[in-house]
Amino acid sequence: MTAFVPSNIFAILPEILLLTLALLVLILDPFWKEASRHLNLGWLTAGGLLLTLAVSLVLARPSAPALVFGGMLRYDWLGFAFKMFFLFSAAITSLFMMDVERLGRRAEAYMLLLAATLGMSLMASAADLVMLYLAIETTSIPLYILAGFLTGDEKSTESGFKYLLFGALTSTVMLYGFSLIYGFSGKTGLYELAASFPTFSLLALGVLFMVLIGLAFKVSLFPFHFWAPDVYEGAPTPVAGFLSTASKAAGFAVILRLFMVVFPSISTDWSLILAILATLTMTVGNLIALAQKNIKRMLAYSSIAHAGYAMIGVVAFSQLGAASAVFYLIAYILTNLAAFGIVAAVGRVTGSDDLKAYYGLSRRAPTLALMMMVAFLSLAGMPPFGGFVAKVFVFAAAVEQGWVWLAVVGVLNSIIGLYYYMIVLKYVYLYRMENEDEEKHPIPISRPYAIALTILSIGIILVGVLFGPWFGLASSSAANLF
Amino acid sequence: MIPLAYYLAISAILFTLGALGVLIRRNPLIIFMSVELMLNAANLAFVAFARAYDVLAGQIFVFFVIAVAAAEVAVGLALIVVIFRTKHSIDVDLMNSLKG
Repeated sequence: MTAFVPSNIFAILPEILLLTLALLVLILDPFWKEASRHLNLGWLTAGGLLLTLAVSLVLARPSAPALVFGGMLRYDWLGFAFKMFFLFSAAITSLFMMDVERLGRRAEAYMLLLAATLGMSLMASAADLVMLYLAIETTSIPLYILAGFLTGDEKSTESGFKYLLFGALTSTVMLYGFSLIYGFSGKTGLYELAASFPTFSLLALGVLFMVLIGLAFKVSLFPFHFWAPDVYEGAPTPVAGFLSTASKAAGFAVILRLFMVVFPSISTDWSLILAILATLTMTVGNLIALAQKNIKRMLAYSSIAHAGYAMIGVVAFSQLGAASAVFYLIAYILTNLAAFGIVAAVGRVTGSDDLKAYYGLSRRAPTLALMMMVAFLSLAGMPPFGGFVAKVFVFAAAVEQGWVWLAVVGVLNSIIGLYYYMIVLKYVYLYRMENEDEEKHPIPISRPYAIALTILSIGIILVGVLFGPWFGLASSSAANLF
Repeated sequence: MIPLAYYLAISAILFTLGALGVLIRRNPLIIFMSVELMLNAANLAFVAFARAYDVLAGQIFVFFVIAVAAAEVAVGLALIVVIFRTKHSIDVDLMNSLKG
């Protein structure tokens, strides 16, 4: 155990700034007039988050990986890169939240968003079981409230309650797993634990399973995926977008660190388990998505399938594998945030998340339809968008480690995925509204949506075309892991 | 001194009872109580291991778990109150407006 070192402050600089921003939001809120409150709140949160991102990038870049704060956190590129993703997606989400009724005018919503982001940042760098559990709960509890935020709305409260119920149950199972891990060695530091799992034992596998349940819930891995469609459908759309991207990425950060650091000795066993789970997750997600009539449910099942693709990178258990999983998450965060942002922008005007509401969208809002095409083609894994390169990397990592069948399953699943994404684009571009009078029903896009969606669309194309720097970032995070 | 195995057996029994309660009972309040039971099963295991190894980390963990459990239940009860206002019932079987 090391004593406190002042320079350690830089390891938690993003967290400190997040906390300051959250307090600032609450303090300034009463001083603002009702008419401009949502603008002030949204821009303050988004601006503050982007400022945090910039300041952290300049001041808090890690050098050599090191355990800080008595081994509670690890100051390395993996944690740092994920923190930057979370800050970015929280900033975009706060832009989406501004114009949502009964959500955008409430300072609490932004405060909870920031609190959840704080928890995710700690999840990404936690190197101790105590810290890990607290970080996971700090993330989850604000998200439960955000999912059920629209108190008068039966669907939203039900969504929040279901999320809480499944979340509490799975995190408790994970906690019991933690208690047994602690029982193996009497230690709680992740980097000290590996020595206590030298060989395979049935007990170790059982413990691994219990921990996996909690994390599988977070990333909505089969068979713990069933909450996702219900929660995403009921939750306010920007919150659903945040759940499906940042919260899922945080789960992956923990999975990468935990499995590769604590359980490398039984990697052949968990690789096989995860490979089977990834196969089932992709297949189940994609097949059920085919039958959906509600776009939020469809995106929920699609996001389940994407967790399966990203898991392929983890299964590969190599540096390339970890890097490809991180790269997949970069592309996925950009793409899925854009998809949910478009759904929020359309739903705000039409008041419906039904696929029918998208008939003739290209005539009602040409720019929005174009952005939707970019996002959906990237989700489907078409070049030149981010989703394509990301899929190539995870499949390459799988093949490199001899998981050829898994890569084949992934490719087959991408084809199923392509089908239902294309169906939506068919509604958007080829179908007409009932009376063919789209010109009378334009869909205006407010400024925050326009800005956020433009950034995301450019990002999707940039990740797909200039993937070098992003893959470099993913590689250096993966290299720090081992 | 009571052997470690006894504590672990009690803890495993409590955990199983809690898990069964969550799966079988239909009243959210009872479900929350069952989740509490599962959390305390984990707490018991932590304290037992902490004494067996003579290291304090396990006991510190328990304090944090108790705090987290309180926060979780506070949020859960708030959501139950909100749901009761719109549905006039808190039976989990009636929470079926989201499906497909």
